[in-house]
Amino acid sequence: MEAAAHRTATHCPYCALQCGQWISPSGEVDARAVYVKEDSPSGVGGMCQKGWTSSALLTHPHRLTSPLVRPSRGAGFVETDWGSALSRVATKLAALRAEHGPDSVAVFGAGGLTNEKAYLLGKFARVALGTSQIDYNGRFCMSSAAAAGNRAFGVDRGMPFPVTDLDDAELVVLAGANVAETMPPLMAHLAAARLVVIDPRRTPTADRAIASGGLHLAPRPGTDLALALGMLHAAVVDGHVDPSYVDDRTTGFDDVWRVVSQWWPERAERVCGVAATDMRTVVRWLAGTRRRYVLTARGVEQHAHGVDTVTAWINLSLALGLPGRPGSGFGTITGQGNGQGGREHGQKSDQLPGYRHITDPAARAHVASVWGVPEPSIPGPGRSAVELLDALGRPGGPKALLVFGSNVLVSAPDAQAVAERLDALDLLVVADVLPGETASRADVLLPVAQWAEEEGTMTNLEGRVLRRRRAVAPPPGVRTDLEVISGLAAALGAPGEFPSDPRTVFDELRRASSGGIADYTGVSYARLDAGEALHWPCPAEGHPGTPRLFTDRFAHPDGRARMVPVDHVGPDEDVDADYPLRLTTGRVLVHYQSGAQTRRVTELAATAPEVFVEVHPDTAARHGLADGDLADVTSRRGTTTARVRCVPSLRPDTVFLPFHFGGPGAANNVTNPALDPVSRMPEFKVAAVKLEAAAPAAADRTRTTTSLPAHP
Amino acid sequence: MSRHVVVIGNGMVGARFAEEVRRRDPDGARVSLTVLGAESHPAYNRVLLSTVLAGGLRPGMVALPAADGVEVHLGVAVTGIDRAARVVHADDGSTHHYDELVLATGCRAWLPPVDGLGADGVPASGVSVFRDLDDCERILATAVPGARVAVVGGGLLGVEAARGLTGRGVAVTLVHPRTHLMEGLLDPEAGDVLAGALREIGIDVRCGVGAKAWDPATGLDCDDGSRIAADAVVVATGVRANTVLAADAGLAVDRGIRVDDRLATDDGRVHAIGDCAQHPGAAPGLVQSGWEQAAVLADLLTGTDPAARYRGTRPVTRLKAQGIDLAAVGDVDAGDEQLRISDPYRGRYGVLSLRADRVTGAVLIGLPDAAATITGLYDSGAPAPSDRLALLLGRALPGEAAPVTDPGRLPGTAIVCRCNTVTKNALVAAWRAGATDVDALARRTRATTGCGSCRDAVCGIRDWLGRADPTAVDLWQADAV
Repeated sequence: MEAAAHRTATHCPYCALQCGQWISPSGEVDARAVYVKEDSPSGVGGMCQKGWTSSALLTHPHRLTSPLVRPSRGAGFVETDWGSALSRVATKLAALRAEHGPDSVAVFGAGGLTNEKAYLLGKFARVALGTSQIDYNGRFCMSSAAAAGNRAFGVDRGMPFPVTDLDDAELVVLAGANVAETMPPLMAHLAAARLVVIDPRRTPTADRAIASGGLHLAPRPGTDLALALGMLHAAVVDGHVDPSYVDDRTTGFDDVWRVVSQWWPERAERVCGVAATDMRTVVRWLAGTRRRYVLTARGVEQHAHGVDTVTAWINLSLALGLPGRPGSGFGTITGQGNGQGGREHGQKSDQLPGYRHITDPAARAHVASVWGVPEPSIPGPGRSAVELLDALGRPGGPKALLVFGSNVLVSAPDAQAVAERLDALDLLVVADVLPGETASRADVLLPVAQWAEEEGTMTNLEGRVLRRRRAVAPPPGVRTDLEVISGLAAALGAPGEFPSDPRTVFDELRRASSGGIADYTGVSYARLDAGEALHWPCPAEGHPGTPRLFTDRFAHPDGRARMVPVDHVGPDEDVDADYPLRLTTGRVLVHYQSGAQTRRVTELAATAPEVFVEVHPDTAARHGLADGDLADVTSRRGTTTARVRCVPSLRPDTVFLPFHFGGPGAANNVTNPALDPVSRMPEFKVAAVKLEAAAPAAADRTRTTTSLPAHP
Repeated sequence: MSRHVVVIGNGMVGARFAEEVRRRDPDGARVSLTVLGAESHPAYNRVLLSTVLAGGLRPGMVALPAADGVEVHLGVAVTGIDRAARVVHADDGSTHHYDELVLATGCRAWLPPVDGLGADGVPASGVSVFRDLDDCERILATAVPGARVAVVGGGLLGVEAARGLTGRGVAVTLVHPRTHLMEGLLDPEAGDVLAGALREIGIDVRCGVGAKAWDPATGLDCDDGSRIAADAVVVATGVRANTVLAADAGLAVDRGIRVDDRLATDDGRVHAIGDCAQHPGAAPGLVQSGWEQAAVLADLLTGTDPAARYRGTRPVTRLKAQGIDLAAVGDVDAGDEQLRISDPYRGRYGVLSLRADRVTGAVLIGLPDAAATITGLYDSGAPAPSDRLALLLGRALPGEAAPVTDPGRLPGTAIVCRCNTVTKNALVAAWRAGATDVDALARRTRATTGCGSCRDAVCGIRDWLGRADPTAVDLWQADAV
């Protein structure tokens, strides 16, 4: 390691834990402590294998270093200069806009973008393009938890308390969370606690729960809501509800009970497959422990009834008096690197910066004044992610799409349908670091800088704003996303300012967020660089930030949390004779999201080189399959070809696919695009499938699924 | 013009039917609804009465959700049905015209012909049946700590009542005339295990003993000559479907009102659901059947799904008694493969029967996670796992072998640090390359640098490597990397 003085302090490029990194001028990575307790300011930094190997991305041979264009569909890419590329894009966008109106151009962002990019992208869509058609992949990630949090608490901050509060927890219930694989260093903060893990699979996190003296509950995929209802019923009947908390701090208990009263644990058991006695045990533990937390993640959220499912877990937490009580709480574990900040600053179809609603007249007026545009010029809400993708190239739908930091061809449900929609566009523009599956179909491909090459801020899973810093220079020919947005705005002759300097953009974001729910007014680069830990809301320069929300009141006008009655409905698509198995999807430790980065890191790819399908050995045998065979997993929408991995601890009625792979191995070839009515979250976590031996021609297919275009 | 549907009965199934109709037809465009309930209480959840008895819920907490846009008449008993005129007459003098009529009249507790217990179905002083909310409140009035109560009838409800009262500090004697408890669902051995579990919590269980006479002054005399000193009697000796209205209206009635897969009686405009109905595929007394019937009938009468049919409900009975986990599923005599385990001293018993790999029936006591899994297999009709014993034992199965902690015996390919996919082989290779302390091993392999939970294991491997003589390490090398 080179002299410490030359190292740059930044954060890992991947998940929302944003582990601290030191990066040397030559790109060497080391761990740096970030999650240190207020009262004992020492701590150790950790990183999982993804973070430790991230430097391989800096010098990767597949790196895009020049704008690429395709003269026509079907033709190969040719290198071009930035001026020509941007002018080609701007000319086409202007023409489409003139002919078909501003909503003929759409924008797709990402939860991995910095706050500055998310903010400027939202502004670019509304001001430079005048389009309502902007959404982002956070819709696939946090939208259900966000909607449930807003509904119950009046605010959505994934963890309304610092991560280090978990260090002292005695009991943590992880509902639909596989932290040991998706966010491994977070496990260090759960080391002292007894864990209860709720997951259809016996994951490494579930193993830790059992080792900690806790429990692993394995509900049938798509029945987490019934489980939570049964547990709340048990809490009431067994006398574990905290009546003074419910009376003083919540509303709605009686309405909730009228539904929950019909879900006695034995009835819930019949739906979800978790023993009634286990429901009672976990509730008794939760009630009998002083420092206890309930944390949810994608497992309960990525459903066509995801908002209601999260709500059911919130109701249980409220009935037991967890949220806002020191040493206890409810939280959701944000996934993407800037999944929290990315949902606050205006790249979501229905939002303006500061977590403001785009239909709120006061919010529109405030943001219009910051942007220097007339309020009526700001469009209304647009389509949500899946609906936006589904509208591409259709009559009345967008004809051009600009994609920043997302690989929708792998990460969106029903991949075949997405591919058809992308191909129906007049213009697809992708700004990316490395050419992923989506980039390979672009008309214009813009090479952009990555985490260690740029400045900015990220907001982590606990709502704390972190500084991303430039440690190394980007390769020649590469621009930052901000420079790309700024350049496009200039080429379009857009009104208003589109600065490319991150600090300038952030200062504008602070003004735009002022008075909003996620108020960043008091967060400055200077304060962050001085080492302050600032959690939003931070409404003024001297304000210390808000590490813990809800200690006195919830964010509704009356200060009370809302208990909202929700009922079990079940998956959108049930199993039947033709599709008798339930598919659930998830992640593996060494890959991140669509795998566009991690599949390119040799060490990671060596650990998990290809897609696999987990199957119970009995189920495999019944289908004539053995460990290592290739199988087709088929739903009503498509097929994923994957190598069979027999897992005796898996439910025999369930199979599992990780979703990090593309092509024939993409789990999203089979997933169900049914949407939650509130959050518009697709049902990634359960679909009806059948299992068959793969056709012989597929034998050499899976290998190709691991590889990405070296150069599209 | 919407069809007018009159529902007789505002119990769990009648009220659920109204809710299901409104879920499909929220503004009443297709169906207008009138519900006539004989009880004066708004609809409530009868299944929870044993929980009320046990003290888990106050009586006010068992109300069912009320559907909007439904005309509900409480405390109104129907006196007759005029099928020709399509009119229902009620005891308050009102008449209600119907296009479609739904009978959800439920059932009533049966009072056996025992001296002193009551006459014409009306319990005598100190005697309660256990059917409705008023019964429940009457029982609770006597169930003070130290009171002595005799429960007559060792079926599901009698056992739940006995367990609930015991929890309130009541001294309970449970008399049951048959050879073993819950004989309709349990084999003798299971019944004995259940009786043992009840005795364990202080209930005086007497099987093969019938009630002969009740006198509030002396107690309950039994047919074996014994006398139980009791302050009150709770009678739980079974139920009878309420079919009088239907029979008087000339509808086909057997032990219940006969219905087809459309829940229609022999008059196509008259339907019956819940405990009052008799469908060949529905086991009596389970609310699940009534709720499924309510959903099917709502599909039909709102026109949501004209093809909807009720094909029966797979019978699953779960006892609701604190500390006793009992499930009875399907028919244990219907299989051609049967397993049985019995651990009466610890209150555990299981019998599982299968045919062609599918669960046909099971009785499981004290095996809660097996009960959850087996019920699921029975409901779904999915093939059972090939390891039947593991299925039957569930978590009671001795756990997997303890993880190998001796570093010397750990396989070389075992992953020691999951966060960074570091194997024992990698640690040994690093040690041999000179990384002989934990920090150096961490620097070279990244083990311990994720969540840190493997630190002890890495220390163990370092110590083992330090202790091992070079020959041993070389030997290990033979099967490594």
